[in-house]
Amino acid sequence: MSIEVSHVSRHFGDFVALDDVSVSIPTGQLTALLGPSGGGKSTLLRIIAGLDHADEGQISIEGADATHLSPQRRNVGFVFQHYAAFKHMNVRRNVAFGLEIRKRPKKEIAARVDELLSLVHLEQFGDRLPSQLSGGQRQRMALARALAVEPAVLLLDEPFGALDAKVRKELRDWLRRLHDEVHVTTVFVTHDQEEALEVADEIVVINEGRVEQIGTPDELYDEPANDFVMRFLGPVTQLGPDLIRPHDVHLSTTEPPARATPGRVDRLTRVGFEVRADVATTDQVVLATMTRTEATALGLEQGLPVWVSPAPGAPTVPAATAPRITEDDDSLLPT
Amino acid sequence: MTEATTFHPDPGRRARLSTRRRRPITYVFRVIVAVYLFFLVAWPVSLVVKNTFTDGLTDLRGILEDPDIVHALRLTVGVAVVAVVLNTVFGVGISLLLVRYEFPGRRLLSALIDVPLSVSPIVVGLSLVLVYGGRDGWFGPQLEDWGIQVIFAPLGILLATTFVALPLVIREVVPVLEEIGIEQEQAAHSLGASAVQTFRRITLPSIKWGVIYGVVLSLARSLGEFGAVKVVSGNILGDTRTATLVVEEKYLNFDKGGAYATAFLLALVSVACIVVVSFIRPKEGPR
Repeated sequence: MSIEVSHVSRHFGDFVALDDVSVSIPTGQLTALLGPSGGGKSTLLRIIAGLDHADEGQISIEGADATHLSPQRRNVGFVFQHYAAFKHMNVRRNVAFGLEIRKRPKKEIAARVDELLSLVHLEQFGDRLPSQLSGGQRQRMALARALAVEPAVLLLDEPFGALDAKVRKELRDWLRRLHDEVHVTTVFVTHDQEEALEVADEIVVINEGRVEQIGTPDELYDEPANDFVMRFLGPVTQLGPDLIRPHDVHLSTTEPPARATPGRVDRLTRVGFEVRADVATTDQVVLATMTRTEATALGLEQGLPVWVSPAPGAPTVPAATAPRITEDDDSLLPT
Repeated sequence: MTEATTFHPDPGRRARLSTRRRRPITYVFRVIVAVYLFFLVAWPVSLVVKNTFTDGLTDLRGILEDPDIVHALRLTVGVAVVAVVLNTVFGVGISLLLVRYEFPGRRLLSALIDVPLSVSPIVVGLSLVLVYGGRDGWFGPQLEDWGIQVIFAPLGILLATTFVALPLVIREVVPVLEEIGIEQEQAAHSLGASAVQTFRRITLPSIKWGVIYGVVLSLARSLGEFGAVKVVSGNILGDTRTATLVVEEKYLNFDKGGAYATAFLLALVSVACIVVVSFIRPKEGPR
């Protein structure tokens, strides 16, 4: 295990940012800390880097206790959401900073900087100042700067949060490829479940200062530990007592399958290739999504009586009595 | 203006358009400001220059040939330079303390720093006499026993000058420190830089222009200090009489030429500082 977080708590006044958190982060992997804003994930990352301290608990990095080490001795690379570029230095000097501090020979620094600039595709921008770069370029420069000192772990705090959607998606793919090349243990914080599912080898879901679940993207998506993880990782709808993904809700017009509930199509919405059907049963409205072709094959139209059932093998989670609403999927919840 | 540019979403562009539309009123404002500054600043100062040179260079030469006055000018410059160095070192330190650290009494300290700006210099002088006065000051007699004279000595002039110019560096540096934020410093730490390395390589270059501007303001203020110095210096000719005191003395003794010439030298140095800085300062702003 590369990073070992054990029983870490952190309070800001009355606010509990982290409540007895224990996580092991495996060597060489790309791990995402995923959760809603204010859930404590950035605080955890900053505590690992030494930029913040734990009120209780221990941090160890590569087997050595780092709880009371200053950030300069932890050998971690940290990438900030807003780049933290050294504004008065050009790109080369930014990247060389950690090496100059370590008093490496000039030739070696120059060679290493060249290598890193080509890794992050900024070869032609070495003499520019950060203010002359785009956001995506600045973040790649920050990444090269952090990698220059060959850190034991690379920590990224919402690295793509300040970028527009398109650049964000490009950098996300690029980070994944970069990690496959350099294999440094990497932890990144994000509130975007799609980003985490797409990029990470392992995801730690953090909410209200506690770890909700740790697992691979597949494990989290297919076997969510509780209704929070289920809701946070994608759209959900309620069928009977359970939460289920809308695309796992099966509609049938002919003969009722086992465990089916009768209902009536209340509303049909088409968004691109996807058709969303609100089906009213006796006590709830269930959302089902399917492709345009499937909807046409079923002959769906408003008012049509249908049978609603979970698709075979679909993951479901018992709905909590008082559902915890998350910020971006509550519009999809049945009302 | 075409229709297309009217609906341009870029706010900067819209701002430029609206300034253009408000042009007549901008002119009125410009004229008001120019007239105001002319009568309040430019004209009076230019008259000092004019009076200095009414008899050609005679007055200036007279001043520079008088050893007592040369001594006064040297004393003023020396005290100002030392005061600026002290205020720069402590000013940057206090600014870092105020911006980067949370501690009880921080707001009180911040308010206290403005005292020298709000209190009349003559009050500063009197309060220094109360503390360091050689005869019945609070701490002065003790110091005199150790052989250190403060009041009626150059040390007292230095204290008074440092006191009145204290907030200038701080007030220039604090906003710059607040603006650059803490992340660059944190990044430097995580890359292995020590506190001293971070300060030298990251913080100092970032606040450079704030510090330089603060130094210039402090220097100008220190050279021109009068009230506090008058109280603490004792005004002894050839010993503790500073340039500003020379101006007063000459003026009261009807040596107007000498007074204007000395005043001109004082103003020249201050104006020169400000002009030089505004020329070498980068156009983007105080960074």
